[in-house]
This record gives sequence, C-alpha cells and structure tokens, in this order.
Amino acid sequence: MATVTLENVRKRYGKTEVIHGVDVDINDGELIVIVGPSGCGKSTLLRMVAGLEVVTSGDISINGRVVNHVEPKDRDIAMVFQTYALYPHMSVFENMAYGLKIARLDKDEIHRRVDDAARLLALSELLDRRPKALSGGQRQRVAMGRAIVRQPSVFLFDEPLSNLDALLRVQMRLEIKQLQRRLGITSLYVTHDQVEAMTLADRLVVMNAGVAEQVDEPLSVYQRPASRFVASFIGSPGMNFIEGSIKGRQLVTSAGHTILLRDAQLNEGPVTAGVRPEHLEVVAESDADFLLDVVSVELLGAETLLHGTLTGASNDEGDVVAGVAGRSLAVRAAGITRVGEGQRCGLRVAAGGWHWFDKQSGQRLLTE
Amino acid sequence: MSGRVVFRSVWLPWLLVAPQLAITAVFFLWPAGEAILQSTQLPDPFGLSTQYVGWENFDYLFGDRYYRASFLTTAIFSLSVTALSMGVSLLLAVLADGVIRGSGVYRTLLIWPYAVAPAISGVMWLFIFQPSIGLFPYWLKAIGYNWNHVLNSGEAMSLVVIASAWKQVSYNFLFFLAGLQAIPRSLIEAAAIDGASPWHRFRTIILPLLSPTTFFLLVINVVYAFFETFGVIHTITAGGPGQSTMIMVYKVYADGFIGQDLGSSAAQSVILMLIVGVLTIVQFRFIERRVHY
Repeated sequence: MATVTLENVRKRYGKTEVIHGVDVDINDGELIVIVGPSGCGKSTLLRMVAGLEVVTSGDISINGRVVNHVEPKDRDIAMVFQTYALYPHMSVFENMAYGLKIARLDKDEIHRRVDDAARLLALSELLDRRPKALSGGQRQRVAMGRAIVRQPSVFLFDEPLSNLDALLRVQMRLEIKQLQRRLGITSLYVTHDQVEAMTLADRLVVMNAGVAEQVDEPLSVYQRPASRFVASFIGSPGMNFIEGSIKGRQLVTSAGHTILLRDAQLNEGPVTAGVRPEHLEVVAESDADFLLDVVSVELLGAETLLHGTLTGASNDEGDVVAGVAGRSLAVRAAGITRVGEGQRCGLRVAAGGWHWFDKQSGQRLLTE
Repeated sequence: MSGRVVFRSVWLPWLLVAPQLAITAVFFLWPAGEAILQSTQLPDPFGLSTQYVGWENFDYLFGDRYYRASFLTTAIFSLSVTALSMGVSLLLAVLADGVIRGSGVYRTLLIWPYAVAPAISGVMWLFIFQPSIGLFPYWLKAIGYNWNHVLNSGEAMSLVVIASAWKQVSYNFLFFLAGLQAIPRSLIEAAAIDGASPWHRFRTIILPLLSPTTFFLLVINVVYAFFETFGVIHTITAGGPGQSTMIMVYKVYADGFIGQDLGSSAAQSVILMLIVGVLTIVQFRFIERRVHY
C-alpha cells in the first residue's frame, strides 16, 4: 500500500541537465508506465525513485515521506532489471531468498514466501537450478519472484521484457499485468515499447528529452495527445503531420494544396495539422476532403496501408512533414482496399480526426 | 563445441603447433630431462667424471635436517607472499574500482612496480631496510624498535616476504581490477535494493563472482613464490641469516653452484618440479571445482 509522488524532480550530470522537472502523483495500487524513446531520461527517473541515482533537485516521496536521501534498501521497494541481475552463483531459491535472509526472517517464513512466489510464477520445479540453466522467460520470472517475496510497497520495472523474443514478450506482458492486479502493489514500469505501454498502463507518462510531456490514461493519450511528440510516439503507424495554415474552412498546406475542413473551429493562421492513418477513409473523389496520389500499397489482410503524396506535390517539396515513410502520408484502411500503386484516390477525415498543434512549440491547440 | 576448425591435412595442425612444441621441448623438457638424469649421478666438483648413484642423492636429501627445514621455510614464505600480495592487491583493486575521476592515473601507478626487475626491487628494499643506513630502521629506532634483518631471522623473513609480495601486487591488482569491472553493476544494485550492506555485498556477491580470478591468481602467485623470488632472496638475504630464508629454489642454487654438489642440486630440482606439479593439480582438482557457476 503506497503512493509515490515526484515533485519537480531534476537530474544534472555536471552541467548537463537530463531531467527538467518532472511532476507525477502515483496513487496506491496504480500501474504507471513511463514511456519514451531511448535517451529521454525514463530509466534515470526510475533509478532516482529506486535510490540508485542522486536526485539533483526536487522531491521524491513514498507514502508521503521524502526519500531523496534514503538508502535504496530503506525505501521499501523492489526492482526488476532489464538484464534481470540474477546472482549467477546462487540457485533460484537462493536468489529469491537473498533479501529475506538479510532481513533476518526465520527459515520457515523464508521457505513459505519463496514457495508461494514460485507457485505463483510456475517456478516450483526450478528452485534448485542456477540462472545459467534457465530460459530467458524463466529468468525473467525469477527476477519477478525476487521482487515479490520481499512484499514491497512499490515495484519498479526497468524494461523487464526487452530481452525476450516477441512472442514471450506478449505473454509476459499479460502475466505482469495480471500479477500486478492481483497483488495490488503500486508499480512504476519503464519501457520504450508503446504497445507495452498502452496495454499495461493505468496511466502513462510520456517522456521526451527529460520532460514528461503528458501524464494521462492510455486512451486519453491516444485521443488527445498533449503535444506533437506524444502524437507521433503513441500509435502505429505514427500520426501524419501536415504543415500549413487555416484559411476559413480550409487548410492550405505549405506547398499550396487545400484540404477541406468539416468540423474544425480554429483561428486563422499557421498550424501543424495531425491525422492518424486510421482516421482517414478512402472515398469517392467527389466526397473527398483531399486527394492522394498513391505511391505504394501494403496489403496485410486485416488491413491495407496506403502511402502517397498530396495530389500534385512532388516528393521533394511535399507538405507532409512526418508521415510513416518520411514525407509520404499513410492511410490505414480496414480489410482489403483495391487501390493500385500510381492511382489517385479521395480521402475523408473521420469526425474528430484532426489534431492541431502549435507550429513553434508543438503543443496541442485547444479546440472545442 | 561449434566453431572448431577441422583440418583436412594431418600435417598442417602439427606444423602450426610446432613452434610452441619446440620452445617447450628446448626450454622445459630438455632441461627437465637433464635434471632427472643428473639427479641419479654424482659428479666430482670439477665436472670431469660422473658416477651413477641411483637414489642416493634423494636418500641423502631426505636425511638432511637443513633440507627438511627448507621445506617448512618455503611453505611459510609462499603462503605469506601469496596471502599478502593477493590481500593487498584486492584491497587496492576494490578501492580503485570505486574511483571515477583519475582512475587511469591510479592504475598506471599501481602497475609500475611490475616492470621492476626482481634483483633491482630486492636491492631497493635492501636500501630501505638496511640496518645502519636504511630509512625504515631509523624510523623504527625512533619508536624504540631495533631492526636488524641481518641478525634476526624473523625480520629477514618478513623483509623478503614484503619485497616479493610488493612486486606481485601490481600483477594481481591488474587482474582483480579487470575481474571487478566484469561484474555487472546491476547485480550490485540489485543486492543494494535487497538490503545488503557494502560489506555483505562484497562477501556474498563480489567475492564469489571474483573467484575464477582469485583462483587463477592463487596458482600464479604460488608458482611465483616458489620460483621467481630467487632474485629477491639472492640480493637481500642470500638465504640467511643461518638458513632462515633458504627457500627450496635458492637452496638448489646454493648447493649446486656454491656448494658444488651438482647431483644433490639436480635432485632438489626434480623434487621442486614434482611439488609444483602436484600443487597445481591439487589446485585445479579441488579448488577450481568450486569456482564454476
């Protein structure tokens, strides 16, 4: 049972500031996922909560107690490392019992807790083995077991699944979620994988270059990204961005194309428009908001991905600034859509499909 | 094992290992064979004639009080040198591992002594501890202790142990430091979160993970203490006072080249070879088994 609070937490290495003031309130029993590209400071943030890195300024509190200068062992936390950090010279049992022995629990209690955790994680048969004799998924489970037996207030996960193959990753993702729900322990989970983040999190912290750009529930992050970065990071294929300016009920792109706006109520002026590939619908040219010259088609069975440029634009001076494939616009159509490469098709933006961002700051513009 | 090269020709592999075999044969097998041969013979002091005596050289040695004493001296000396040099270097390596700024400087300075020849380091220590002009005895006298390793056998032993260990510290340090740096940081961090104090982490995580290095150094150091300390002994005490620092390898030299008893000297070489061989086998058999994880 614990809450964790980060208040204007900053980290500097020498003169370089890598974390620029992060504020997060974590409720009891919540699973918070910190997601971001590599080098964004997400692991550093987690390590500060663990007490493995010194907090330069700001406060980290666990259960209302500021722990900035508290030793890791006195923070009542457990951590699962990316490399698992299993002690190679100890058996699975000894690995899990290590912390308990240090805490001077009596032998029966240690056995009881390790056996319980082992049963929970399907490790009962493996207690005598050394880590060397385990598969990747089993090692991952042992690392989790070592965290569970200590019955901490807070779980910290540092990219725990990134060393597993794709199939195992999906399976372990589900297991971690179920386990966290069952134990109800407040958890912080760091990953660079947005699918993992979306599926696991009660709430997401999307980090970019040392700043928490958005802290919100996964669906809200998807539906109302707070910044252009968040919009581009969450969702696959990523959001299309178009530079242009609003003129009446039209978006005039930087290359001079016009796109019809049906529902936006925005002030005139320069803007970055964003639209997700799945919010574009292939329609007849007469019903279209704008036209697309299809450059390539990817038939995936369940869906079809179209890539193209706004009609009339040459690729070099296109107005799509960050689509999936550099400067082309991506469209994600359900099922099999028979549009040939080199053809032209009409596109219509779904209601509420547009996102508007400030051209300079990249912040989301409020629309009603 | 995958990745092994399979040679089609029978001769090529032999040709490739030939230089190594040649070196082993010329510098090890041949002298060793010669020593075994000589240990069964009794030459006259001028080497003009030899006489076959069978086991007599060995019989004589084992009946010799001084030779038996030299066994004990060697044991004390090797154990002390190994323990001292490995203990000090492990301490230094742990400290250097914790240093972030200027670690290169520490490392370089700690490695330097290894480049000093044994005889030179012996002479250097001799100067420092020389009873009448040395700096150390002077300081010791100031606090009321009279140092004289020329007369006191315990002090003589301490001095040769210190001088021999000092030289080996650099080598051990290098390996210990590399071993420490090979231990993933996350293991130490995991142990810290598990609640282990620095000393407990050292004892239960670092030391066991360092055991392959420690074992390797144990073998190297024992062999070093047995054989390569000749220069230090020769320059500092020449085996004295009395026979108090007469380790076996020095006795081989002293009996053979000063005492002119080549037969006995050869017999001692053979015994020494056997002892080191047995020691190494024992170490690999019984200790190495425990360091694999």
